[in-house]
Amino acid sequence: MSIEWYIVLSSLLFAIGATGILLRRSPIVILLCLELMLNAGNLALIAFSRMVGNEEGQIFALVVMVVAACEVVIGLGLIVALFRRRLPLDVDELRELRG
Amino acid sequence: MEEVLFFGAALGTLGGAVGVIALRNPFYGVLALIVHLFSLAVLFLLLSAAFLAAAQVVVYAGAVMVLYVFVVAYIGGTGESAWEPIPGQRFLALLLGAAIFIELAIAVLASSLLALGTGGPDVEAGFGDPAAIGTLLLEKFLIPFEASSILLLLAAVGAVVLAGRRSETTVGGGDLP
Amino acid sequence: MSATTWAWLVLLLPLLGSISIALGFRAIPARVAGIAGTAAVGLAFACAVAALIALLGEEPEGRHHASSLWTYASAGGLDIDLGIYVDPLSVLMILVVTGVSTLIHLYSFGYMRSDEGYHRFFSYLNFFVFSMLLLVLAGNFVLLIVGWAFVGFASYALISFWYRRTTATGAGMKAFVINVVGDIGLVLAAFLIVRELGSFDYETVFARAPEVFAQGEWTITAICLLLLVGAFAKSAQIPFHTWLPDAMEGPTPVSSLIHAATMVTAGVYLIARTNALFYLAPTAADIAAFAGLATLLVAGTIAIAMTDLKRAIAYSTMSQIGYMIMGVSIGAYSAGLFHLMTHAFFKALLFMTAGSLIAAMANRQDIDRMSGFWKAMRFTSIMFVIGGLALAAFPLTSGFFSKDSILAFAEARGGMYFWMAIGGYVGALLTALYTFRLIFRVLPGRPCEEAQHLIDTGELYHGPPINPATEEKEDSEVGFPGAEHHTAEQSKPMAVAMAVLACGALFAGLVQVPGVTNVLFGFLEPAFDDSPLAAIHPSVAHEWRGLAIGGVISLAGIGLAWLLWVARPELPGLFRARLRPVYQLCLNKWYFDEAIGLLVVRPALAIGRFADSTFERLVVDGIVNGARDTVSGAGGLVRVLQSGFVRSYALLLVAGVAGLTLYFLLSAS
Repeated sequence: MSIEWYIVLSSLLFAIGATGILLRRSPIVILLCLELMLNAGNLALIAFSRMVGNEEGQIFALVVMVVAACEVVIGLGLIVALFRRRLPLDVDELRELRG
Repeated sequence: MEEVLFFGAALGTLGGAVGVIALRNPFYGVLALIVHLFSLAVLFLLLSAAFLAAAQVVVYAGAVMVLYVFVVAYIGGTGESAWEPIPGQRFLALLLGAAIFIELAIAVLASSLLALGTGGPDVEAGFGDPAAIGTLLLEKFLIPFEASSILLLLAAVGAVVLAGRRSETTVGGGDLP
Repeated sequence: MSATTWAWLVLLLPLLGSISIALGFRAIPARVAGIAGTAAVGLAFACAVAALIALLGEEPEGRHHASSLWTYASAGGLDIDLGIYVDPLSVLMILVVTGVSTLIHLYSFGYMRSDEGYHRFFSYLNFFVFSMLLLVLAGNFVLLIVGWAFVGFASYALISFWYRRTTATGAGMKAFVINVVGDIGLVLAAFLIVRELGSFDYETVFARAPEVFAQGEWTITAICLLLLVGAFAKSAQIPFHTWLPDAMEGPTPVSSLIHAATMVTAGVYLIARTNALFYLAPTAADIAAFAGLATLLVAGTIAIAMTDLKRAIAYSTMSQIGYMIMGVSIGAYSAGLFHLMTHAFFKALLFMTAGSLIAAMANRQDIDRMSGFWKAMRFTSIMFVIGGLALAAFPLTSGFFSKDSILAFAEARGGMYFWMAIGGYVGALLTALYTFRLIFRVLPGRPCEEAQHLIDTGELYHGPPINPATEEKEDSEVGFPGAEHHTAEQSKPMAVAMAVLACGALFAGLVQVPGVTNVLFGFLEPAFDDSPLAAIHPSVAHEWRGLAIGGVISLAGIGLAWLLWVARPELPGLFRARLRPVYQLCLNKWYFDEAIGLLVVRPALAIGRFADSTFERLVVDGIVNGARDTVSGAGGLVRVLQSGFVRSYALLLVAGVAGLTLYFLLSAS
């Protein structure tokens, strides 16, 4: 399989993730869609790393994984805090920053 | 053989992704994402990234997803309503998603980067091995390595702070902090 | 020191006086303020005399100097200097102004003694003197206009001196508004002058005018007509005269100084100064002469009907200034200025005696209530008679020589000016008549209540403080007249001032007895050398004939007044009944106020109301509110984007990414 296939797949997954963020209202599902997008990026990185011929892309993908993990941790912490304070878990309800 | 595996894994990822965005119950969404991650690991293997495939399964599907499962179990995860308060959001979301995919696809397929059309150069047997990754991490990418460990520490501390139980003397106990 | 240096000192001293009294009014006691003010103007008079002496020490042809302190403005090729022009005309004017002002300051020292606004009065009075001196000393039209405007302001401030009286403030505003109309005329004339002749400077303008303009051209006529608007507004000639009688709301020294001796003569000075321009516009000069003639006759008729003492004297002033305007318009420049000088003396004296009488009457001014003051206030009565004789041109008084020198010139010039002279003699009869009407009503006869009080107790009658015109109650705090009144018999400074003016009124005419002395005309000759009209000299015999006619008319007028108001007091009543419409016309001041109200004031108010309700609402508010609404609306549109929905923001983000990618795709292809 040529590298193109992987890249096109990666962009499809990225688009699906972006659509998901725009469509869903629950914060958990939004975080899941964020994971989708990050993983799509990882796939692209690894595919390019294979194309170039060295592993530097894979190191990049590893670091992206670390960052994704951290971000998930914080995001879930936020959600738990929201839940603790009995706030609605719906991003449309949480809009005190409206103009 | 490779094509079969590729298409199988690709279907798995796509199915998982669509499941994440389509399933109402967040628990089911988490499960769909796990499927997606496993399929991705297979794709990584196909790209000679063995260590990363393992890391994906162990760290991502293993640890991060378990975290998700815990939180969803704690919260309870009811489905959200089908009514859309923002007018035009659904249509525009689908439209823009499609637009992004089409544009990226055109960019890739019509690209003048000829190497994309190949399967990549021939690599030696240890490509993507833990040894190779480890060598790079400790030699060339030492600083990013250390920086990411600090990042992890920050995240851990942050999570504890965020989710910790506040004492009742804070102002406005029911408001956002 | 040169004449110009003395002239600068003359300008400076009253200004310093005004400023120092104004700044120190809390610290300086009243007496000191009065002395300072009087001294400032007195010293200015001394400097004026020194300037005269310096000027006389020069050759007659060289007696004109321009002196500039610095260049005030320099733009577009036009240089405007802070410059004065010293020649016989301006020296005569500063002598008259400072001389009479000193005496009036002395009078005010006593008269305004118990007024709470004493310091303010002297500060304003000094400022007025400064402004008037600036006006007559100015060497270019810009400074003339500055002095003109300052004089207008000083007049307003002093008319409204008793500012808590609504009649006074109304009169002040009326005077100021009419003055501004005159200012506009003057400024427009200055614009035309600089456009046609390229300079504001007197020497340049008067030298160039005959070269640039042919006689009778419409431009120069327009300039002179605009100058006349200014002159008439300031000198209270028809049709801009309605402010002068109302200006009698001011304290008597103010009426005496501003509205008799100095400010109202500014128009006469202006026409005399710009005689070179008027020579080139004979139409304008004739219009001025006719206006002067009309004023002198109309004002004379009104004065016969007036019962308010000060207003009667005010109409007399208007009438006499009509003589002066007529004089300088037909070319009798020196004669007109001679009358200006003598008029300053006897009119200021008359106002001073009126002030004394009013003080005895507890601030009432109605001659219907006054009688028998000959017995009660002998000194004031004698002064009144002296002033009246001079005004009526009784033989050998100053008014006799000055008024008739104008009429003799008019006769000598011939043509229609001969008929103007006839009109002038009719006016002289009227003058004698109304002057002695006042004297014979107020002085002889049984003493009125206030006079009797004075005779019996030796003290002045005191009534409750009221506004004499409207009978409204007042008090004696600042903004209203003071509690005490002062007459000449009681106050030495007042008596001294009046006595000096009486000498002037009697003997000042002797400087210009035809065929005998030629002090004044000789002095003024160099200033009017360039004018061909000044070459007309009536012969000495001619002048004596004129004087004889004038004397006869004066005596006839006095005799007629005796008949009507002493010998047969019932006659005036019969005349009034028989000639009712004529009497009403005169009593109502020929309905000028009503006419101006109808023609000018009502349309102006209507325009103002329209502007306020329609124009302001639609156009101005429309523009302002429209701008506000546009911005508001735009903000409202933008605000829609700030919905607070995270997903909307995310949508915009994704849309941006898609757009950017599209752009890169397209630009790469």
